[in-house]
Amino acid sequence: MNRDNDKGKVLVKRSLILAFIEFLLFMVIIFRLYYLQVYQADRYKMLADENRISTRLLIPPRGIIYDRNQELLASNRQNFQVSIVAEQTPDIQETLDAFKKIMPLSEVEEEKIKKEIRRKRSFVPIKIKDNLTWEEVSKIQLNAPSLPGIVIDEGLSRYYPFGEKMMHILGYVSSVSDNDVKDDPLLEVPGFKIGKAGIEKLFEKRLRGRGGNQKLEVNAYGRVMKEIEKNDGVLGEKIDLSLDARLQTKAFELLGEESGAIVLMDVHNGEILAFVSTPSYDPNLMVTGISNEDWKALVNNERHPLTNKVIAGRYSPGSTFKMIVALAGLESGAIKPETRFFCAGKMFLGSHPFHCWKHSGHGYLDVVQALQHSCDIFFYETAQKVGIEKIADMARRLGLGEKVGIGLDNENSGLIPDKAWKLKARKEPWHPGETLISGIGQGYILTTPIQLVTMMSRLVNGGYEVRPSFLRVSEEEQENIKKINVSQTYLDIVKEGMYNVVNVPGGTAYMSRFDYNGMKMGGKTGTTQVRRISLKERQTGILKESELPWRLRNHALFVGYAPHNNPKYAVAVLVEHGGGGSSVAAPMASELLQEALKLDPSKKIIE
Amino acid sequence: MYKFYETSIKNQSLTLKEKFFNLSFSYILFIVLLVSVGVVMLYSAANGDWNQWALKHLLRFSVAFGLMIFLAMIDIKYLLRYAYFFYFVVLLLLIYVEVKGHVGMGAQRWINLKFFNLQPSELMKIALVLALAKYFHTTSLQSIETIRGIIPPLLLVLFPAFLVLTQPDLGTAMMLLMTAGAMFFVVGVQLWKFGAVLLGAIVMAPVAWHFLREYQQNRVLTFLDPERDPLGAGYHIIQSKIALGSGGVFGKGFLKGTQSHLNFLPEKHTDFIFTMLSEEFGMVGAVFVILLNMLIIAYSFAFALRSTSYFGKLLAIGLATNFFLYVCINTAMVLGLLPVVGIPLPLISYGGTVILSVMASFGIILCVHINRNVNLGKSD
Repeated sequence: MNRDNDKGKVLVKRSLILAFIEFLLFMVIIFRLYYLQVYQADRYKMLADENRISTRLLIPPRGIIYDRNQELLASNRQNFQVSIVAEQTPDIQETLDAFKKIMPLSEVEEEKIKKEIRRKRSFVPIKIKDNLTWEEVSKIQLNAPSLPGIVIDEGLSRYYPFGEKMMHILGYVSSVSDNDVKDDPLLEVPGFKIGKAGIEKLFEKRLRGRGGNQKLEVNAYGRVMKEIEKNDGVLGEKIDLSLDARLQTKAFELLGEESGAIVLMDVHNGEILAFVSTPSYDPNLMVTGISNEDWKALVNNERHPLTNKVIAGRYSPGSTFKMIVALAGLESGAIKPETRFFCAGKMFLGSHPFHCWKHSGHGYLDVVQALQHSCDIFFYETAQKVGIEKIADMARRLGLGEKVGIGLDNENSGLIPDKAWKLKARKEPWHPGETLISGIGQGYILTTPIQLVTMMSRLVNGGYEVRPSFLRVSEEEQENIKKINVSQTYLDIVKEGMYNVVNVPGGTAYMSRFDYNGMKMGGKTGTTQVRRISLKERQTGILKESELPWRLRNHALFVGYAPHNNPKYAVAVLVEHGGGGSSVAAPMASELLQEALKLDPSKKIIE
Repeated sequence: MYKFYETSIKNQSLTLKEKFFNLSFSYILFIVLLVSVGVVMLYSAANGDWNQWALKHLLRFSVAFGLMIFLAMIDIKYLLRYAYFFYFVVLLLLIYVEVKGHVGMGAQRWINLKFFNLQPSELMKIALVLALAKYFHTTSLQSIETIRGIIPPLLLVLFPAFLVLTQPDLGTAMMLLMTAGAMFFVVGVQLWKFGAVLLGAIVMAPVAWHFLREYQQNRVLTFLDPERDPLGAGYHIIQSKIALGSGGVFGKGFLKGTQSHLNFLPEKHTDFIFTMLSEEFGMVGAVFVILLNMLIIAYSFAFALRSTSYFGKLLAIGLATNFFLYVCINTAMVLGLLPVVGIPLPLISYGGTVILSVMASFGIILCVHINRNVNLGKSD
């Protein structure tokens, strides 16, 4: 009985201890609640928000590019692409195998995808294929249950309706590379494309716009529940170019299979209406990604389709330089408008012979006639009297020897040599004979087609320092163009010479003349040698152009303007290894100028 | 006269009406309050839908409430008399589901009973307390203090615990062992014996580790380091802590728990309902629920201590401790203090068996309370 009492007492005592232990354990729970919900609440609130809020970058559509008549030059096309999200599939290989049953994937492509998957974090979608057709999209959607982790994204991809015709002016967009400056979060977006050349690169910032933000509430499976906040970015700006797609197309067709360049420009404000470099290639290929073979073919092509010959091609101006020499001669007083030189087909400087292109000689010529017949002897004589320094000075005033500042990559400044340059670059003194050959635009002188068209414009626009522009130029901007310091009298003499080149029998471009409602063309041909004609060859008879391999043939040049009475358009045509300026380049310029006159919106010139 | 009256009460059975008025109505109120919290949270867990869980929960509670009142009304003598019988019936059921699980390929831990999926392992928690209470009621303190005296009750515990463990249901097995351990403690088993068992357990732990299923091992490892696998096994506990912590003091508001409603929180209507409650009602709501549970346990202990019979005392303490273990393990689990072992929060979590067994326990505790003055002999 005593022990029974003890038994009861032990039970009560131990029960109270047990109750106390249980009480303490509850206190631990409450303390833990305090720790999580008060002490660490801020941290967990942040984590909860990170869970539920997903911020998305809104990608602005890229600005559309139009020509001067609102013709679409670069637009955005709906593009479906299929990607794989590694974390959404239990087995990547299985999903890819299932995918291959629907759309074939080459082994190389598959390896590339798997490599990307290993490199990127598991929730980043990795592109499998893009530019899917509607059929392919629906096929994938139909098989979606057996394709875990496969997602279809709808995006915009750049499209150039004119393809290769506009390549060298528009450039193209392509994926951001490691070398690009990443000053914008948009550039971190997988698959985002930026301008890599041409207008697309020049106006990249304006075309790109600014990305917006969207804060979304998502559930644990990533499904969007609602939008919390939205900040629209800035849409890509629309760009209106001064280009005329019709003239561009015409110029492209005129060059045809030839390798060369054509630029057409408004002489008064510098607006570029056509800008062609051939051969070209389709910029749409660059957007979707060009294959290795195609790329190698472009790089190794002897006609250099990747080079923008309008701005980066350096050519001797040849006879198209003679206007500069004439102006320099007239300005310096070395020649007068009535000064005549006798051309006997060749002349000597010391014992060295200098040849005119016309073996039999031109006889007596004044400056206008010399331009008309493109007599070399006249300009040798003039150059000799004027000296290289004054010629170089005149060339620079008319836009040669320096970049015209068009803004595109790889623009070349050409070369206008003088004595100081030679000493510095070649460590040799200037040779008098070099002045002579400079007089006919050969030797060290190098120009780009864009410089030549600028020179042509400045010769005929009343003496304004016009610069080429891809954008429309306002009247106000046009009024701010400075004058160049060249006497109008002399400019008129040169212009008369250029008129005669085309419109007077015996002119080197007489075959290319036209009369469109009384509007005529003026200009100057040029044919430049790319090889040295040996003495022996001169004696045995110079080989005909067609007998030479392509890469040894002469370059054909023509710079021209129209209408003669009230010049509005200037053109520069260069055909690499095309043969003669009068036979190849002048007809192209003639056709393009006629087309420009036909399409001209203002009635004022038809007077 | 007074003494005579006392004795007469002791020797006479109470009428049903007397019994009814002896029910503790505050105790029942706490229970009803807890269930109400459960119904409200289940409405929220279903994103504002009564039909998915909340109404079924209420229906099950009503049935279980009837069972509680029924058990409260029966004579405590019957509980003592049939304690072993009940224990063996439940043990047989346990063996039955075990064998059935092995024979029929799909392992089933329960027997289907219309409203409830009855898990014998759940009933075993009550049966074991009854059997142990009866054993210690009929044994002298000397015997309890000998090693031979605690071998029979140890067998009573270890056999069903082993069966449950092989189901495998680590959580329930642990609860059986811990409930029994608490009862061994209160009846006066010497502390050094607990020490020896604890030491033995530590030594045996590496061996036992090999008997754990892989998912159980993962749960323990994940508990020790939740960052080990943030998207897999550790996900639950990390998300639970984020939900709790982000609730703050006053919570995000009813139906506004982002972690719960956006499905970051798993099992929000069952094991993790306390997390959801803490997210939506903050620490205030969480502490309120803890306090209700503490009140129920405190009342149960008070009933136990006021009971004149050893059997009644031990029975109430055993059952109250069992209830305590539910609450404590579940909350500690969702708070990241214990591994995720799959123990629900009674009366609040959705699930049939637990509400049945817990309400049955409350019924028995109320029965102890009503029969507090009934003297029970050792041999009855």
